[in-house]
Parts: sequence; structure tokens; C-alpha cells
Amino acid sequence: MASPSPEAPLEASLAPVLIANRGEIACRVAATCRRLGLPSVAVYSDADAGALHVAAADRAERIGPAAPRESYLNIEAILAAARRSGARSVHPGYGFLSENADFAAACEAAGLVFIGPPAEAIRAMGGKAAAKAVARRAGVPAVPGYDGEDQSDERLAAEAEAIGYPVMIKAVAGGGGRGMRRVARPGDFAAALEGARREAAAFGDTRLLLEKLVSRARHIEVQVFADAHGHVVHLGERDCSLQRRNQKLVEESPAPGMTAALREELGRRAVALARAVGYRGAGTVEFVADAGAEDGADAGALAADRVWFIEMNTRLQVEHPVTEMVTGLDLVEWQLRIAAGAPLPLRQEEIRLEGHAVEARLCAEDPARNFLPSPGTLAALALPEPGGGLRVDAGIRAGDKVTPFYDPMLAKVIVHAPDRAAALAGLAAALRRARVEGIRWNAGFLADLLDTPEMREAAIDTGLAERLRPRLTPPRAA
Amino acid sequence: MAEVSVTSEIAASVWKIQAGPGDRVEEGDVLMILESMKMEIPVTAPSAGRVTAILVQEGQAVEEEQAVATLEA
Repeated sequence: MASPSPEAPLEASLAPVLIANRGEIACRVAATCRRLGLPSVAVYSDADAGALHVAAADRAERIGPAAPRESYLNIEAILAAARRSGARSVHPGYGFLSENADFAAACEAAGLVFIGPPAEAIRAMGGKAAAKAVARRAGVPAVPGYDGEDQSDERLAAEAEAIGYPVMIKAVAGGGGRGMRRVARPGDFAAALEGARREAAAFGDTRLLLEKLVSRARHIEVQVFADAHGHVVHLGERDCSLQRRNQKLVEESPAPGMTAALREELGRRAVALARAVGYRGAGTVEFVADAGAEDGADAGALAADRVWFIEMNTRLQVEHPVTEMVTGLDLVEWQLRIAAGAPLPLRQEEIRLEGHAVEARLCAEDPARNFLPSPGTLAALALPEPGGGLRVDAGIRAGDKVTPFYDPMLAKVIVHAPDRAAALAGLAAALRRARVEGIRWNAGFLADLLDTPEMREAAIDTGLAERLRPRLTPPRAA
Repeated sequence: MAEVSVTSEIAASVWKIQAGPGDRVEEGDVLMILESMKMEIPVTAPSAGRVTAILVQEGQAVEEEQAVATLEA
């Protein structure tokens, strides 16, 4: 297959592109590089020597042993791989070093283009407390809470009282659902505080913040892009309310119940935040929305004064494909063009959302055993065939070993259809066609979840998936 | 006195060992915490007793069903 000849400015400033990640996102980035004619370089740990992402790139460099700290999180090893391969740029993917300001700075210092925001923008948005301070300055409403420097037990307990229970305790440096505690009553605060401090220590920063807990919350996020010439646009929103242990399971765009006026308002807030930190590249501004009372008249209704900023993710998101499917754009291509210094490809008024897209995350975990991770060898694997609005972003193939060292997500299945009902039905059907042997996964659970009346009626909130779980996953006989 | 073997329910690496030989434990006490696919998975005592041996070290990889400790119940 002949590669297209790359555009000179893209190639001159970026190629080869080193992809500092693994799994499906490394394959995803390599695919766009290939389409644009840009040579790519994979990196791999010893556990990944035969992995799909290694085959997806034009060449590959070993960066160390299986443990992430010694490979995918090892800045020196990745920079050395870039030197050996003659890479001109680094795409960090998501997770690992993607939101590490020191890594972004180290790339730039080594003469590599970091395909992401400037290190200062990552720092400004890196901690949840710092991000809230930015929001205050930009006039963007954030969830009521406490993010002060006084971290004494007494002060935190007093602030929790002032915010009003229930409250969330979060690690300032936390993420991915880790380092978060829900506290329902004042009597539970001391024990929760101790647990949260212990978890926070794992992030190398024991500082905590408190937030009002929105009892029925929806997670709505806005995709933004900024170029190096002062232009910032948004690409609409995604609803990521279906979560388990605070990690996303299913994402969709547009968000059910979203109005054009509210989209414009949230887009305005997201763009203001990006501008406030001198943002560049792809970013996601996350909001929590009050979903209203479950059976109340306001159920499902979204209102601007009940949507608050939580944090900004300074990278490409796992769930970016739903935005790609409704906009018809390739967000990795936009990242590459912006990193090469080009202006944004489209103006705000040229960005249109069409139809409805839903994504589900296929993970190596056992729904019948409380979603215990399920490493093993993929003795057989049949993912749904892409085409006709169905997209599969996979990081694995039959015969691969799924090791305990990394995230359990194996692949994402995304369906784009004219409306939400068709997208949900198409995705559920696709998941039911998927087959795996050698490990347990959550395909059947996700399909059942998509088929529930709650999901069909969009009576969704961040607790829904956990509440439905007992109904969806009968325990398997041993 | 019965010797009870405590096994890992999953392929993982040993993150933190929280009990040592000679410790008295109650049923459900955490002996060690494993890490697999970014999740922490506690290994608990299947019954009350005394720890006779910890068979693994922190950082070590363990297989599913591998014995990681023994108890005298």
C-alpha cells in the first residue's frame, strides 16, 4: 500500500513522530500518521515486544522492563529512544506521561516538538486546586468547595461543614477516579480523610481538596482546540455519565438533553479557560451537571446555573472518537497540524455536529467477580467488523497476552447513527457479536447496560451503572 | 491446627506486604495488597490464625492461584 506523500511543513517539523504510549491509543495515533504519510516510531516495554502497537508504527524502540515506571513513565528512556530513532516530535497519547509538564518541557529542551500544550499550561491545569483558581480568574463557575493551603484535619472538617454534606474529598494531584472519597455524614469525615491522605500519597502529593457532592450528577465535557495563533474553538460536548469506580464506561455525543444555547454557553466557558492558560492543541474541559431529582419534573433537564467546571484534561481523551464521528474530523490530525504551527483548520461556525455517536470501553475484567481484572492470553478474539457507522479502535489481536502491568482497556467500540436510539441499539448489537476466549471481559455487561430502559430514556447519572450492576450481572456458577 | 495456604486470585504483582510470620490475624484481615491492571487487590486471611510464612516479596509477579502466604488456623 503506497503512503500518500506527506505535506512538506508537517513532515519537516514533526517526522518521524515518536508515539510515547501503548495499546489502542498508540495504534490510533500511528494510523493518522500513516494516513498523512508521516513515519512513526513506537516504543515498547519488554511485556509489549510483540504488541499490536509495535507493528502499527514504522519502527520501534525498546524502552525498558514491563513495569510502567521503568518504561512508559521513564522520561529518560523515551528521550533516548527519540534520539536513537531521529524522531522530531513526540505524541504522548493519554495516561502515562501525557499530562506530565516535566516531560513536555524535557521534550522541548531536547529539541523535540511535544504534540500537546505548553508545559506551563499543563502545570496551570495540572492540579485540581490550581485549575479552580484559573476558573475563578476566568469567570467560569466551579463546584463549591475548599482548595486552600491549610490542610489541617480541623480546618478541612470545618470547611466540609460549611460546604454542607455530602462532600467529596479529592487528592489535588489525583485522577482517573483514584484518590476520591465520598463522605455522607460528619461522623465519617475523619476516617475518610485518613484514607484519602493515604491514597493521595501515591500521587506524590498529599494535599486534598473538598467539593460539594452533587447527589445526581452527570459528567459533561467539552472538547477544545487552540492553535499557536490565538484561535480557540470547541467541538461540542460528550456525556460520560456511565461510570464505574469513577472511571468511564460509555461516552456519547451530543449529551442527551443538550440545547444549542447551553452548548454555546459551555463552549464559551471552555474556550475562556483555554485562553486563560495560553492553551495549545487538544484539551477537554470537564463539567459536572446536576441531573435533577430522579423522578422529579426536572429529571434529565440541564441548566446553565447547575453546571460547574471540575477540571481540564490537557491531552487527547480516551473518548475522543465520539467527537470525531459527530464532527467528521480527525482530532489526531488536528493535533499534528497545530503542533507543526498551522492555524486551526476550521472556524467555530464551520464546526457542525451531525447524528449521535456512542462509545463503549471493552476491558479485560470480570463483571461477575466485581470487575476484577482478568489478565491472560487472548486464545481467540473476534471484534465487531468496522464499517457503516461502526468503528473499532483496538490495541490487541488474537494470540496477544494481556498482562497485569497496564490498564485493562483492550479496545473501544463506537457507533455513529442518525439518532441516539439507533446508536445505542447498534452499539449493543455490535458488542453482542464480539467474542473472546482466554480472558473475561465486559462486552456482555456493556450491551446489557445499553439496553436498559434507564439508558434508552437517558435517565443517566454517574451512579447509574453501579446501581444497575446487580440486575445485569448474575453471579456465575463457579 | 491446620495449615492453610493463601493464594492469589489473579495474576498480579505484589505491591505491599502488610503481615509477617508470627502475626495473629482475624478472618478478613489484609495480608498483602496486589496490583493488577492499575487496580489494588487485597489478599485477606481466609480464617483467623497465625501467619507462618509470607511466600512472596514486594514487586514480585504472581500467577493466578499461586500460594502467597500460609496460615496456621
